[in-house]
Amino acid sequence: MTTTTARVGRLPTPVAPYFDRVRAGRAFDANVYSTVDVLWVLYDRVLRISPETVDEPDRDRFLLSKGHAVAGYYAVLAAKGFVPVDWLDDQGGPESRLGDHPDRVLVPGVEIGSGSLGHGLGLGVGTALGLRAQGLLTPRVYMLLGDAELDEGSNHEAIAYAGATGLGSLTAIVIDNASATHGWPGGIASRFTVNGWTADTVDGRDHEALHTALTRPHPDRPHVVVAVVNSEE
Amino acid sequence: MSTTTAPSSTSAQHPTTAPSSTTPAGRDAMVEETIMRHAFVDTMTAILAEDPRTALVLADISASAFHVAADRHPDRVLNVGIREQLMLGVAGGLALTGLRPVVHSYAPFLVERAYEQIKLDLDHQAASAVLVGIGASYDRAAAGRTHLSPADVALIDTLDGWTVHVPGHRDEVPDLLRSTVAGDSSAYLRLSAESNDRPRGGDGTLQLVRDAGPGAALLVAVGPLLDTALAAVRELPVSVAWTHRPRPFDTAGLRALAGTEVILVEPYLAGTSSRVVGAALVDRPHRLLALGVGRAELRRYGSAEDHHRWHGLDAGGLRQSVTSFLTP
Repeated sequence: MTTTTARVGRLPTPVAPYFDRVRAGRAFDANVYSTVDVLWVLYDRVLRISPETVDEPDRDRFLLSKGHAVAGYYAVLAAKGFVPVDWLDDQGGPESRLGDHPDRVLVPGVEIGSGSLGHGLGLGVGTALGLRAQGLLTPRVYMLLGDAELDEGSNHEAIAYAGATGLGSLTAIVIDNASATHGWPGGIASRFTVNGWTADTVDGRDHEALHTALTRPHPDRPHVVVAVVNSEE
Repeated sequence: MSTTTAPSSTSAQHPTTAPSSTTPAGRDAMVEETIMRHAFVDTMTAILAEDPRTALVLADISASAFHVAADRHPDRVLNVGIREQLMLGVAGGLALTGLRPVVHSYAPFLVERAYEQIKLDLDHQAASAVLVGIGASYDRAAAGRTHLSPADVALIDTLDGWTVHVPGHRDEVPDLLRSTVAGDSSAYLRLSAESNDRPRGGDGTLQLVRDAGPGAALLVAVGPLLDTALAAVRELPVSVAWTHRPRPFDTAGLRALAGTEVILVEPYLAGTSSRVVGAALVDRPHRLLALGVGRAELRRYGSAEDHHRWHGLDAGGLRQSVTSFLTP
């Protein structure tokens, strides 16, 4: 596996200390770790966004649809300076701004509040349409969801519509840790490509492969990156 | 859901066209409803041309009526197909980029089917939109339960900070729509085939329409039920006030007008505004009669007039309820 960032155990080195501070000794399931690599590649190398541009109309948008993936999200936001590091302490506590699901009103740099699955794609489609209607053609809209989250029918409303209307500014990322109860026979990518999306399926720990897939040009149609991670890790 | 109006792909079919299976009574309701809907379509089409901050999100319903606007503003008139969850999600996303979305469909598909999207994709994101529903409680009586939405205002009322307008006449719709879209908070406009004889408008505070003198019972009629309510209490010692804006309810006006007895007459679920009246009069001994559409599913078709009668919302039914209330 090729990576451009050294690792500490299961985590990219720059994120590890922040992640451990969120974790505060708690034991997390493997799925908590499954999104950290994608989040790091996005914030480190792909997204045109910084703590100084969180309110710029022309910024890229990242919408975390699987809102339970917060530990890595908060760690990456702290590593990149969006939130003060001491916010990571007492995550979920009575005075904390960092819940077990993120709230865009409470956390700088967070584009949507999520937690109930199946809302990110619809909000992302609307965001892309709103940017286009205002002539903001540079920003890209990235939405991260999970393979089990795809069970929610609302995703398929958004997938069909975005494909039919060729929303080229959209990129969906599906973390596939084979957690969907009834699986996705034929693969996840096919749910998108049959609706006109382009697709890459890559190793969800391979930073070069993720970067290549996340930056592939797709001017006239939306793109999905299926990031496969080992559910046993 | 099923729809009986023309999807966008069959633009030759005008929405005034009644489905072939509709009964004569249902056809009349369709014509009435499209008159109300046209007031919305005409005004919204103008607003889209005037204000580049506005956008309209549809799920096939009324799409053909907006084809001129869609041709003029293809990036701001967005028909997502028969996808109500996406319709509200898109509205939330549009609002997050700074646009002012207006979302439109039949009330049950707009408010009930995608309720979680209203709660999360708008409110939880601190985003706002204007929802414009048609069909009301039983405009499409012959269509049956799927197209009836007596609980829409009660559902919206579970949310914080929403304004609800229930116009009583089509000529009230343009000003209500314009002032609502010009604002920046969320609002629900409940359009209906039902209508009073003339428009009243106003700012939503209670308007005293009939003054029966000091100490008389106060009847508050909402939206299109005013004329019926006036007819019902013509020979009774009852003052009558009217509003098109049940939320936020004019509690100051209520306190100024109400004596001991208060009667609510609402064209949606009975008791929807009981809690706000109770809270407004919490420091006063009072009695409240809350009239509106019943909870039970009747499993009957017919016309809106039939449903008025079955729910006790025709003049005779209202008179009977009010008389019993005043002579315990």
